[in-house]
Amino acid sequence: MDTLLKILWELHPDINFTEDTRLLEEGGLDSFDIVTLVSEIEDAFGAVIRAQDLIPENFQTPKTLLALIRRLRED
Amino acid sequence: MILQSPWFILFAAGLLVVYYLVPGKHQWKVLLAGSVCAYFQVEGARVGFLLTTFLTTLVCGRKIEQARERGERAGGWLAACLGLNLALLLGCKGSLLLPLGISYYTLQALGYVIDVYRGTEKAEKDPGKLALFLCYFPQLIQGPVSRASQLRAPLTEPHAYDGKQVSFGLQRMLWGYFKKLVIADRVAPAVEILTRDQAGGGSFALLAVLYALRIYGDFTGGIDIVLGLSQAFGIGLPENFRQPFFSGSVAEYWRRWHMSLGAWMREYVFFPVSVSKPVRRLGKAARRRLGAFGKRLPVYIATILTWLATGLWHGLTLNFLLWGMLNCLLILIGEELAPLFRGLKGKRWYTGCSILGTWLIMDLIRVCDLFPDPRDYFRGLKSLLTGPWGQIPDLGLSSLDWGILALGCVVMTGVSLVQSRWGSVRELLWKRETLRFWILFALLLAVLLLGCYGVGYEASNFIYNQF
Repeated sequence: MDTLLKILWELHPDINFTEDTRLLEEGGLDSFDIVTLVSEIEDAFGAVIRAQDLIPENFQTPKTLLALIRRLRED
Repeated sequence: MILQSPWFILFAAGLLVVYYLVPGKHQWKVLLAGSVCAYFQVEGARVGFLLTTFLTTLVCGRKIEQARERGERAGGWLAACLGLNLALLLGCKGSLLLPLGISYYTLQALGYVIDVYRGTEKAEKDPGKLALFLCYFPQLIQGPVSRASQLRAPLTEPHAYDGKQVSFGLQRMLWGYFKKLVIADRVAPAVEILTRDQAGGGSFALLAVLYALRIYGDFTGGIDIVLGLSQAFGIGLPENFRQPFFSGSVAEYWRRWHMSLGAWMREYVFFPVSVSKPVRRLGKAARRRLGAFGKRLPVYIATILTWLATGLWHGLTLNFLLWGMLNCLLILIGEELAPLFRGLKGKRWYTGCSILGTWLIMDLIRVCDLFPDPRDYFRGLKSLLTGPWGQIPDLGLSSLDWGILALGCVVMTGVSLVQSRWGSVRELLWKRETLRFWILFALLLAVLLLGCYGVGYEASNFIYNQF
């Protein structure tokens, strides 16, 4: 979780991310941020996020995002 | 099928009555029969285009699902469906022979097939239900572009009569007719004159502002009619606007204007391109060589392709290509400059300036629609710097017309402010019966007495019908 929060904080230094921050509303993540996030996640976690994973449900909070990363790593 | 024609209104009213008289499980068949009849009545033999898209979508959707279930590759079926339908769409756009709704139902069909390919949607087994998803008559005309996951279930579920929903739907339609007939159609002839007789900087600036007013009334009004009508059937369609003229940046504007097209492009062009293998690889290589800038390369490539597609979707002419690229350029510049202004976020004067600036920039870009030859557009832009400023052609608008337009702007801005602050206006008025009655009565009178029909005005079609 700490690695993910650090990645998010680097994207938006003005926001104090916690594991329950609502990324799209409070975190202000737009589609540009999401694409940057995807490549950062691939580097940090080795999880390849596909286009069909880019749905609001997976990007609700850092917690749901981490769940997606774990799922993708298991597959 | 013109939304403001008396025939359309009679047809929709008749269908609404039948819809709530038949048993719930047959309601969707009423919609299908109505949609097919309406489409056939307008397009005649050209219904073949819609039929081709329907059949290819039906067959490919099933074949893709069967292949998935057997663990085989289904890319060939997907490619065939995408290729054929895109060729059909581009072919029609190139030839000026544009069947009604093709730009909208093609996107819906392709979205559905891609979703089946990804496994997020089940292939439709009932041809009638798939046909209704593609040709549902309120939205066929000018969108919104719905996703299969949003629309398939509500279209075919039974809907018991709900007085409040039907009333809300009709109220929204009335509001839409006001924006279209009282505002947009009143200003339309002036926009045409200013486009034809370019008379310098003042005239071009006025054109940019009046065209903003026209397209806002026309498109948001049309969508209000469509969403209101659908709401009366108990079927919620996705919203297409969220007070777009209050946006603080070009990127934000595109999240609030024609939202359903933006969502489609994001889902099926921007994201797939930006996370595709070649682009990811390129991004990694660029990051090693170019650092922070290289990191953003995937976003840049995906944005350029998305705006190329959006431009071409509007029309296969140079001006729409230019329009798409101008939007793209401004979004990317905005993205690069955003960190510099982060500290100012939330300051009132900054918010005001960015809203005004965005509105002006969008007004100037939008005018590009009107000039098939981009040289005319650039000449207009140049005249903003060189003048002359005082020469404005006679626009044929009386002082009463100007008064109505000014009042209409005040009312529309007021409604947008209330919506952004307190939410749905209809919900706010629901409990205040007397006030609601007088507002609706005034609105109806305005549409009937001040709407532009008859002598001196041409019942003009909706701008977004032609895309």
